[in-house]
Amino acid sequence: MSMHYVMEILPSLFQGAGMTLKLFFWTLLGSLPLGILVSLGLTSKFRPLQWLLELYVWLMRGTPLLLQLIFVFYGLPIVGIVFQRYDAALFAFILNYGAYFAEIFRGGFQSIDQGQYEAARVLRLSYGQTLRKIVIPQVVKIVIPSIGNEVINLVKDSSLVYVIGLGDLLRAGNVATARDVTLVPLLLVGLIYLILIGICTFILNKVEKRYSYFK
Amino acid sequence: MLEVQELKKSFGGRQILDGVDLTVKDGEILCIVGPSGAGKTTLLRCITGLEAADSGKFLIDGRPFDPQGTDRSDSVIGVVFQDFNLFPNLTVLENVTLAPTLVLKKAKAAAQQDAENLLKELGLDGKGDLYPYQLSGGQKQRVAIARALAMKPKILCYDEPTSALDPNLRDEVAKLILGLKKDGMTQLVVTHDMEFAQKVADDILQVKALDQQ
Repeated sequence: MSMHYVMEILPSLFQGAGMTLKLFFWTLLGSLPLGILVSLGLTSKFRPLQWLLELYVWLMRGTPLLLQLIFVFYGLPIVGIVFQRYDAALFAFILNYGAYFAEIFRGGFQSIDQGQYEAARVLRLSYGQTLRKIVIPQVVKIVIPSIGNEVINLVKDSSLVYVIGLGDLLRAGNVATARDVTLVPLLLVGLIYLILIGICTFILNKVEKRYSYFK
Repeated sequence: MLEVQELKKSFGGRQILDGVDLTVKDGEILCIVGPSGAGKTTLLRCITGLEAADSGKFLIDGRPFDPQGTDRSDSVIGVVFQDFNLFPNLTVLENVTLAPTLVLKKAKAAAQQDAENLLKELGLDGKGDLYPYQLSGGQKQRVAIARALAMKPKILCYDEPTSALDPNLRDEVAKLILGLKKDGMTQLVVTHDMEFAQKVADDILQVKALDQQ
């Protein structure tokens, strides 16, 4: 494994890693708020909404993400909804991860003591104020470890986008491996994933620590 | 003065409260006592609006109010919960200032000043920056009282104020409640502890379980 070869293929790997990171950030940005909203709907007393969202969660968790990517990119155009490759990937990832996050948040919301809502109510706080100031900060603290798991999964799941022809980190490595008949590119790919996830873990630990000021 | 007239409440066909009347005079303490299951807590939850009464009238100083109302003029009752229900993610000071700033739209500085005065009166001087988990049970209860008082209620209600605390703190609680009475606070205390009730009450209302009568 010559240093020269490594330097030669690194730019294309970094380019792939850029796509991986872009997808990662925008998926998180879309799916976390979506997850919170869906989790509130899942616990709502309005049954039709609850059923609809349960169906959504079942579909998203019940089928492979790979299949969902294919359906969004190749299937939806049949009914007239056409996405660009990247938009299709983002759409599928946000919907998929939103469902997982919704279930995690639902667990978090349900573990908040009813007394917290009652205390807020007798103080005449509105529902929105109660959620924002009291409930959500406590929920976030509870769900951080589970969210962290999903965040780390997401870094690696993003490699599934090869199926609709997007060039991410793993694909860049695959291309180089096939061309040069060596495993070195894939070794480097593994290393880059490890570094990315190392950074994620570091940040997640920081966030967890930030929320350790209360019990 | 708080008046409750003809309060009725049933759960799933079982009558819990069947026309309860009570009056708490200004600056006095009414204790509601009775065995568990007699509907004491239900009575308190109806008065504080946490449970909808089936029927009945609520008057404060002769003027009707809706315990479940969201109008500011309905905000006349302060509650100290059995387990205090402090907000664990907020400091002691933030627990006390949250509702005055958000609901009464008080300026932050003014709310903090008022909260600090309340904490001082309740012997919690210098505890403002602590979080609830750093406090003892007795301190938590006093924070809960400060939080309720910060909303300037006309009457302060307690649900079983002695049961979550060390038995030897019972006299402390009695002293605290009598101290607030001296400041002119009207108070309503739900307890199963007759001895405690006799120590603090101006008036005692006994409730009995309806299906045991």
